[in-house]
Amino acid sequence: MNSTRFHEQSPPIRPLPRWRRDWCLSIFVSGLVLAGLSLPARAQESPYIVTYDHYLEEPGSLEVEYFSTFGTQRGGNDFLAFWTEFEYGATAWWTTELYFDGQSTFDDSTLFTGFRCENRFRLLQREHFINPVLYVEYEQTSGADKILKEVEGHDVEADYAIPNALARNEHDHELESKLLLSSTFKGWNIAENTIATKNLTGGNPWEFGYAIGASRWLALKATTNRCNLCRENFIAGVEMYGGLGDRHSFGLRDTSQYVAPVIAWNLPSDWTLRLSPGFGLNDNSHGFLLRWGVSREFSGFGEAMKRLFGGHQP
Amino acid sequence: MIPTTAATKFKTKMRVGLQYASILVIVAIPLAARQKEDCTHETKNDSIYAELEKAPKKAVARRNPLEKDPDAAVAGGKLFVLHCAECHGDMAEGGRRAPSLLAEQVQRVTPGTLFWILTNGVVRRGMPVWSKLPEPQRWQIVSYLKSLTPAGKSPQ
Repeated sequence: MNSTRFHEQSPPIRPLPRWRRDWCLSIFVSGLVLAGLSLPARAQESPYIVTYDHYLEEPGSLEVEYFSTFGTQRGGNDFLAFWTEFEYGATAWWTTELYFDGQSTFDDSTLFTGFRCENRFRLLQREHFINPVLYVEYEQTSGADKILKEVEGHDVEADYAIPNALARNEHDHELESKLLLSSTFKGWNIAENTIATKNLTGGNPWEFGYAIGASRWLALKATTNRCNLCRENFIAGVEMYGGLGDRHSFGLRDTSQYVAPVIAWNLPSDWTLRLSPGFGLNDNSHGFLLRWGVSREFSGFGEAMKRLFGGHQP
Repeated sequence: MIPTTAATKFKTKMRVGLQYASILVIVAIPLAARQKEDCTHETKNDSIYAELEKAPKKAVARRNPLEKDPDAAVAGGKLFVLHCAECHGDMAEGGRRAPSLLAEQVQRVTPGTLFWILTNGVVRRGMPVWSKLPEPQRWQIVSYLKSLTPAGKSPQ
């Protein structure tokens, strides 16, 4: 984030351009259509919101997710950031995702803040003690983006205090890569992500960050009957994430760090709910972040699309 | 209000970016469909069952810790419907996307082999890994599969 924005003159907020409104509307309508489709669905999602484990989307399945982050802000207004994810399993070793971000800052305005396109590639065919996945993301966001999906470099709370009218004038084109390592044993999952990000605008250095998470099923054996509140439907854990500085100043100095308990409720009705209260661990961090999300997975989406567009029928 | 040059550039770049993103999604969907088509052909081919023979000896020899649990197969049936039936069919009879699990090649292998294939998947052929399910749940699915009547045999 660029602190020089503080000194800029604040232009008045303009209404969203028509093409952007159309995009937002189409995303919303697509979500509704998908929710209404009679595609079979299943839910078995990890509770992490920031950390990734090594499990990819099942091939041909589409997962539609909505997440929200409420953040407290010292020296500015609290905010509610939100994003919608469309996660598609292209193959059993490749998952591709499209995100659309937005935010509302209290007593300020609501903005569409950009999009992200990410791909995850499973590097090994079989399960091992540690399973690596390569993550590559391109994002085009404005400086007003506040989803805090990952924290990297010297991102600090003060960066998010800038009024939207100024922050939206900063445009970031970032290339982000992650190495996701994850292990599963005895119902536990341990995941470690290392992040390296390059802002393609200007001569910004590579920035680094991390996310680690541990989670466990509340019950390892399934019961014989279908139930909503059985312990087998819950996965709980904790994740920790933060910045690691940049190429010129690697380390924890002037970075923000968070710890967040997480819980996921996988409903038999094929919905997954996630909740995660997060807490800043130093003075550079937001004091409190409350994240929640709802997702639904549509298996057979690829085939449905194929049928819709007149593909081969056996 | 006259938009700034930077804002105009941003809008243009965003439009281009969204177009690229749409193209990526459009490319990914047929790719997955093609992979499934390949699987359709493979279901007709015995070679898909050859994956079972790749299980290491140690995995083959593993015993189902829930084999004496009378509820294991019932719970496994529930899990099968949730996670497996979409591809393998409601009665494990197989489908366009995955082979029958009632086939003799599947029914004759040890529970350890089934557990191994469930854990590791057959990623190259489109079957995801299922190690995200805890071990006892995977064994419950194995119990269910072993409780099925193999194709060509009448139920006891």
